Amino acid sequence: MSVAVAGVGMHPWGKWGRNFVEYGVHAARAALADSGIDWQDVDLVVGGETVRNGYGGYVAGATFAQALGWNGARVATSYAACATGAQALDTARARILAGLSEVALVVGADTTPKGFLAPNAGERWDDPDWLRFRLLGMTNPAYFAMYARRRMDLYGATAEDFARVKVKNARHGLANPHARYRKEVSVEDVLTSAVVSDPLHLLDICATSDGAAAVVLTSTEYAARHGLADPVRIDAISTVTPTFPNTVLDMPNLSTDASTAVAAPELTFKESIGQAAYEEAGIDPADVSLAEVYDLSTALELDWMEDLQLCKRGEAEALLRAGETTLGGRIPVNPSGGLACFGEAVPAQALAQVCEVTWQLRGQATGRQVEGARVGITANQGLFGHGSSVLLTR
Amino acid sequence: MTATPAIEGWFTTDPDPALLGTRCTTCGTVFFPRADGFCRNPGCAGEDFEQVELSRRGTVWSYTDAQYQPPPPYVPRTEPYEPFALAAVELPEGLVVVGQVADGYGVVDLRVGGEVELVVETLYADESGDRSIWRWKPVTEMGEEADQ
Repeated sequence: MSVAVAGVGMHPWGKWGRNFVEYGVHAARAALADSGIDWQDVDLVVGGETVRNGYGGYVAGATFAQALGWNGARVATSYAACATGAQALDTARARILAGLSEVALVVGADTTPKGFLAPNAGERWDDPDWLRFRLLGMTNPAYFAMYARRRMDLYGATAEDFARVKVKNARHGLANPHARYRKEVSVEDVLTSAVVSDPLHLLDICATSDGAAAVVLTSTEYAARHGLADPVRIDAISTVTPTFPNTVLDMPNLSTDASTAVAAPELTFKESIGQAAYEEAGIDPADVSLAEVYDLSTALELDWMEDLQLCKRGEAEALLRAGETTLGGRIPVNPSGGLACFGEAVPAQALAQVCEVTWQLRGQATGRQVEGARVGITANQGLFGHGSSVLLTR
Repeated sequence: MTATPAIEGWFTTDPDPALLGTRCTTCGTVFFPRADGFCRNPGCAGEDFEQVELSRRGTVWSYTDAQYQPPPPYVPRTEPYEPFALAAVELPEGLVVVGQVADGYGVVDLRVGGEVELVVETLYADESGDRSIWRWKPVTEMGEEADQ
């Protein structure tokens, strides 16, 4: 039950200050050119919604379709916070696997404000995303910092360990033409940057960026008919929700479910995201060649390594220190440079992860290639019970 | 002038304040903030809830602070801005509740697994006077302070 990745493309990440549609069209045209498929042959467009760009952003699929020139294709728009791109991809995959579509173009693009991501305007006393700021002053970095602090108090992680993640990812991203930050960073640079939320420094936390990513998906039959030999395949897209009671604190909530009447599930929400992808693909975590994970903070990359079963709980720091997660190591994590080098462009980010894994599996990741890569996994978590993991193979 | 809660019905303001949640009378699951009308336990069709006071003491699940002033709708209390600490606290009911940490305490006073107690303090002041909020205060056992 696979679909073929016929083409991928991105608009470089940055703070360009232009309209998100422009970025999206750029990425879409790059992905179409990469696939060799004409826009007129695309029969499904799925957009990743952006919530900060007015009505055109709410109906992103149609916005991109119109910008590329109405071609009569079916259209859909997805929103799933940070998992938006993966959910858009899953929508396209489902129609292709059902035989309802053959060629889908999936696009996500965003223009983001400077500084903390703040909630939308207006008083909303029933919206946890508003209340967490009003009642607690709980920003996104405060959540990241709480996860980081647990690693320190439970597993002996240090601020230097977190800094090492940044150093590694900065080095990975040096040669990535789509990355926003392409500069070496030292452990000292991280530790001397301002503390935002203890124990995290400014350089431990990812920025917000403008950017766009696009993927052309086809049925495997279409790929074969059109001479796409040995394409990268998507073998699983996990978009599972949490299982009640979700007793791990999640953004933007002020509290968790309670395990008063029902015991907490065996797997945490983030663990279940990866597990569902492995099960759907029939792939063992030991077979993964590389991972692109959501390093909203440096420490979160370490959490994800364990959530994706790339190592046991509490062992991520040891792997990092041994150089196993850097290029040339046993399991390179974020060879693209990750969010550390990109900054987050919400509806595009999960698609950007898929673009990178595709280039890696094709052997086209110049300057950051994981040698002999056969299996790549992505992971991210969004707000309100959204999260995703995509497994790609070649 | 007495402080009024920054949000209505989420906590009591007695000398021994407590968070106010609800319990599903069908399955017994406790919810905070309060749930009403439908139970979020997927195996429960319950629709009736009773108000409950949550345990006043719990253990720290994790903690941090806000070194930079959070963006609106956060209302800063002082000018210039003064950082404050935050703690996520695991209660005996089996849930974690985030709160600011009591005035005078910071991250150095906290550790994962440490015990804290609920207090009510001023969050900010507006035209109606002081607005209060629940906070977590580290419980210091006799003699422990000297050890630090």
